Amino acid sequence: MSVGEKAPLPEEEMIRARQKARARITAWLLAAFIVLLFFITIAKTGLHR
Amino acid sequence: MTNPAALPADWRDLYALTKPGVMRLVVFTALCGLLAAPVMPPAVIGFTAILCIALGAGAAGALNQWYEVDLDAKMRRTANRPLPAGRVDPQTALHFGVGLGAFSVIFMGFAANVLAAVLLAASILFYVLIYTVWLKRRTAQNIVIGGAAGAFPPLVGWVAATGHISLLPVLLFAIIFLWTPPHFWALSLFVRSDYAAANVPMMPVVAGVQSTRRQIAVYSVIMAVAAVAPWPLHLTGAIYGIAAALLGAVFVGLSLVVLANQATEPKLMKPEKRLFAFSILYLFVLFAALVADRWLLA
Repeated sequence: MSVGEKAPLPEEEMIRARQKARARITAWLLAAFIVLLFFITIAKTGLHR
Repeated sequence: MTNPAALPADWRDLYALTKPGVMRLVVFTALCGLLAAPVMPPAVIGFTAILCIALGAGAAGALNQWYEVDLDAKMRRTANRPLPAGRVDPQTALHFGVGLGAFSVIFMGFAANVLAAVLLAASILFYVLIYTVWLKRRTAQNIVIGGAAGAFPPLVGWVAATGHISLLPVLLFAIIFLWTPPHFWALSLFVRSDYAAANVPMMPVVAGVQSTRRQIAVYSVIMAVAAVAPWPLHLTGAIYGIAAALLGAVFVGLSLVVLANQATEPKLMKPEKRLFAFSILYLFVLFAALVADRWLLA
């Protein structure tokens, strides 16, 4: 390995990092889904008018 | 050394499974179908319908890659995709594709209407079962019949807005259906060796280069005529009609240049590369003209 090159992450850390990234994205997507559902409900019930 | 397939899939690889490049054209044509409809749904319903179409296309792309992992591994163009490269395991891809597809259809039914959801489901199933599983490895007509899968988005967009099917969205379906063979055959001419190596019976592999060029020219003429048809049928105005006529003339002209080309080496296939690039621009500009026509002349 050359100087300055990052050492590869141990497998456990790599798994944790990926799980963390996926959990974060899932959380954001769920939050966006809830907001979207709210606005769809408003639109469908005609409250936007 | 860590085996990548043993790790949980990286979200970027799951995103790559959805074929984002293909999705752009799907989203654009679906949005144009929705915006060209005579009635506008509330913005949030329109947005959700387009989102569902994008997710449905992504699901179809993921399931296509799950089924074709052996083919993708043999072709230079696709060998680095997440599945053949071993960055995602097949079961994850299958679950991701089925889950995304089911979610997109159910959510479309909830947000827009049942007919749009049925059409979205039909487009996903057509792409996965009819094109990927049945036709692609069996017949040189794979892309001709399979092209129907890519023709659904403007129809689904229109139906999401209106709740019913009429003549204009059917013609939009026909235009993309007829556009697909010259678009894909232009590509398959200069990546012929890839398809031959993977034993995929694409037209240039089965019927030869010159026969494919003749068929490109024939389909281009039929497509150009079909694209102008909404104008004389009074379904669109002059903006769309003139744009369709000009774009069609260029498309046919480029296909004739391809027909005149005798080259068999990919590096000498500049006319084919030009036609392939223009075909993408063609569809973008044609559908943009349709929306401009509807909104400016309405």
